[in-house]
Formats: sequence, structure tokens, C-alpha cells
Amino acid sequence: MGFISRGFRGRPRDEGVKLPPGQYLVHDFPVLSAGPTPRVPLDRWEFAIDTEDGKTHRWSWQELMALPSETPTVDLHCVTKWSKLGTAWKGVSLDTLFADVESSAEYALVYSYGGYTTNLPVEDLLDGKAWITYEFDGEELAPAHGGPARLLVPHLYLWKSAKWVQGIRLLNEDWPGFWETAGYHNYGDPWREQRYQGD
Amino acid sequence: MRRLAWHVAKLAEIRDETPTARTLVLDIPGWPGHLAGQHVDVRLTAEDGYSTQRSYSIASAADGERVDLTVQRVADGEVSPYLTEELRPGDELEIRGPVGGWFVWRPDGTRPVLLVGGGSGIVPLMAMIRAREQAGSRTPFRLLYSLREPGERYYAEELRKPISGLDVTYLYTRVVPDGWARPAGRVTVADVNTGGWPAEFRPECFVCGPTGFVETVSDILLAMGHDATAIKTERFGPTGG
Ligand SMILES: Cc1cc2nc3c(=O)[nH]c(=O)nc-3n(C[C@H](O)[C@H](O)[C@H](O)COP(=O)(O)OP(=O)(O)OC[C@H]3O[C@@H](n4cnc5c(N)ncnc54)[C@H](O)[C@@H]3O)c2cc1C
Repeated sequence: MGFISRGFRGRPRDEGVKLPPGQYLVHDFPVLSAGPTPRVPLDRWEFAIDTEDGKTHRWSWQELMALPSETPTVDLHCVTKWSKLGTAWKGVSLDTLFADVESSAEYALVYSYGGYTTNLPVEDLLDGKAWITYEFDGEELAPAHGGPARLLVPHLYLWKSAKWVQGIRLLNEDWPGFWETAGYHNYGDPWREQRYQGD
Repeated sequence: MRRLAWHVAKLAEIRDETPTARTLVLDIPGWPGHLAGQHVDVRLTAEDGYSTQRSYSIASAADGERVDLTVQRVADGEVSPYLTEELRPGDELEIRGPVGGWFVWRPDGTRPVLLVGGGSGIVPLMAMIRAREQAGSRTPFRLLYSLREPGERYYAEELRKPISGLDVTYLYTRVVPDGWARPAGRVTVADVNTGGWPAEFRPECFVCGPTGFVETVSDILLAMGHDATAIKTERFGPTGG
């Protein structure tokens, strides 16, 4: 017999919805970040992919806008326990951005305006699994949610979906990012409840 | 790598902070200790096996196996009404932590400290004030505490007593006490300017509370010239912008 919290019943369960372990459903959109919200003017905005050979591919805001876009509808799972289902985004698939990038690196370190970083395997960015997004729910992405553009990798906990994304550095060795250095899980799969190191 | 273990805590004591918030004093056998500003995960499990988790900041300085949490009751919430109304001394609670290595203050810090809390955002800041006292630190602290009305103050007795090196400023947003100079209202640049530190002092800034509050205060601090990397934030919030 596992642990029971005396007198706890919980909310009536919606049996139709399956959430990762330890998550609960929200309908608003909470905000999590470790510092102030950076404001990045679009005329100075730039996104880059830096390869392990020191080559850099860059896109200005206009160049990003000119690329074919996709409109993924995805579920979000935040390590602070909330999940939000069926969120609608618009952005450019990383498959599109990686089309002309020559690299055999296995690891990526994503970096943001404001200094945030997060790491993940390159394969988690490809094959329709990740986007650089600039619209949420039909509107331009608010700064508090990572605007002008944020990485979206919905199959991992949301801290991997770096807000205010500035670039992706491709590396031959794994390099832990901001929360990954501060005790959070290196990979962060919500379905395996990989919240903290050692989970 | 060692996994953060779930501990079974026992509720030793309850202290009412306000009519809708209480401090839970927990005994947690095997607790590894914590830093001021860290939080725990609380897991509740119903008889049918359903379980849910929430995060709560630690209010106390490290003290053996004792850990204080202060929980604000959120109307219609799933977990906070249980913790503030149902739980009684002797009950057990599953806890895991401590979590979070960023929003922390260490007593060997020498830079002045600015704490800005909105509502229950005071909780991890109080842990920093308590850790400072416990360590006998002389690091100068300033606290700006924004709340609706005087009746919503947490830790009112403890903060009423003067603590050397700690300045406390209350910012009431709805109702002020009789004869209070500052009219009721949300935090402004003038408040942070008067009650905080000049940017040249290079203070460490900790801002905690609902999302909108944290956004406003950190924007004010940036505009005053504080370095973005010196501003650490924790958003409890329900809703974002
Ligand atoms: C790192 C961290 C530390 C935290 N520390 C504390 C703490 O020290 N003390 C504390 O009381 N809480 C703290 N919280 C908030 C806490 O985790 C819960 O979100 C809160 O107790 C509400 O949970 P619930 O199950 O009662 O409400 P839910 O069932 O989750 O939500 C019910 C409704 O209330 C809204 N809501 C959720 N939270 C709030 C809120 N804070 N104010 C107003 N409305 C809300 C929701 O949007 C929802 O509509 C912390 C959160 C984080 C992420």
C-alpha cells in the first residue's frame, strides 16, 4: 500500500485526459523564468546556428519571416507541474533552418538574449519535433512568453523551449545549460518524470 | 547520481499567518538541509491512487529536520485548501527537495541585498532574512513587501521587531492603515527608488510574487540601471502576460 494523504480527494478527474505523471491541467498560461524579461528590438534581432567547425549561419527577422512557416498545435508540460493542452503556435521548423547546415554534432546548446542557456541532443531538434516560434494563439508572442521568438520543443519539459532564443551552438560534447547546471534533469522527458538530476 | 528522494514529513504545528494563510511546521526525518530561497515539491495522493504535486517555498532557515512552509489558500484550488484547512498536526505529507539552486541567498554573500515580495512571494525572502540572522551576518538587507492590506501581512510579529541591518517597507495596494503617508497603490519606480538600493551599490536583487508583479518590479530595476544578472526572480503566479 502506497502513501495516502488523509482526507485528500483531489479534483474530479477528467478521465479523457492523460497527463504525464505529477502534472495538473491549467487553462491560463503561467510564466517561469529566472530573471527579468529581455526586450529585443526586431531590427537588431538575429538567430544563428553555430556548427562544431566554427561556421555560423545567420537569419535576420525579415529572413526568418520569409521562410516557410508551420502552425503546430501541441501540449506543454512545465516542470513546475502545470500542463497546458492544445496550444497553437506559428513558427519555422528547425528542419528548415538546418537544411543547409553541415554538421555531425550530437549535442546542442541553445542560448538566449538575456544569457539563458539549455542543452539537448540535436536529434530532439529535428524531424518535426522543434520550431522557432513567433506567434502564440494567433498573436505575436508576448515578451513574457519568450517573444519575439522562442524555441518550442514540446516533447520535453518547457524549460528546454528557450525563450528569447538567439542561437543554437552545435557541440561534440554535451554542455549543461542554466537549469541543467542548477540541479534539473539533463534531458527532461515529462512522460518519464525526469524533473531533477538522478530522476 | 543521487535521486532527490521523497520524504514523509509529519506536521508538527500550525501557525496562522492571516485568515487565509498558514505556516506548516514540518518534521522531515532524513532532511538534507537547504539554502534560503529553495523550495520543495509536495505530493498529495488520494485513496484511489490519484496524485498531484505543487511547489512551495521554504520559509525557514536550515534547522535540522524542521522545515516551515507558508501556504496561501487559493479559492477553488486543489492543493492549497487541503494544506490550509484539512491538514492537522500529526498528519503526514510527502515532500521532496530541496529544489532550486538559483534563487538562493548564501550567508557568505557580502553585497547588499534587496528583497521585493508580492503577497505570498514574501515566503522565500523571509527564509533569507532568517538565514541572515541565524548566521549573524551584517549584510545590509532591504525588504519591499507589497500586499493588499495590513491584515494580509505574514510574519507580522517577527517583522515588527527591529532587526539591525534590515529595513522593511510595506507597500499596500488596496487599504492603508490610518495616517499612512503612501496612498494605496501598486508598486512604482518611486517606491523601489526610496526603499531599495542605488544601482551603484551593486545589490543582489530577489523578486518574488505573482507574474505581473515580478515583471513590473524587474522592469523597474532594469530601468534604474541594475544589472540584469543581479536580478533573480521567482514567479508563483497563476497567469502570465
Ligand atoms: C517555485 C514555486 C514556489 C511557490 N511557493 C509558494 C509558497 O511559498 N506559498 C504559496 O502559497 N504558494 C506557492 N507557490 C504556488 C503553489 O505551487 C500553488 O500554485 C498554489 O498553492 C495553488 O495551488 P492549488 O492547487 O491550490 O490551486 P490550483 O488548483 O492549481 O489552481 C486553482 C486556480 O487558482 C489559480 N491560482 C493558482 N495559483 C494561484 C495563486 N498563487 N494566486 C491566485 N490564484 C492562483 C489557478 O490559475 C487556477 O485558476 C509556489 C509556486 C512555485 C512555482
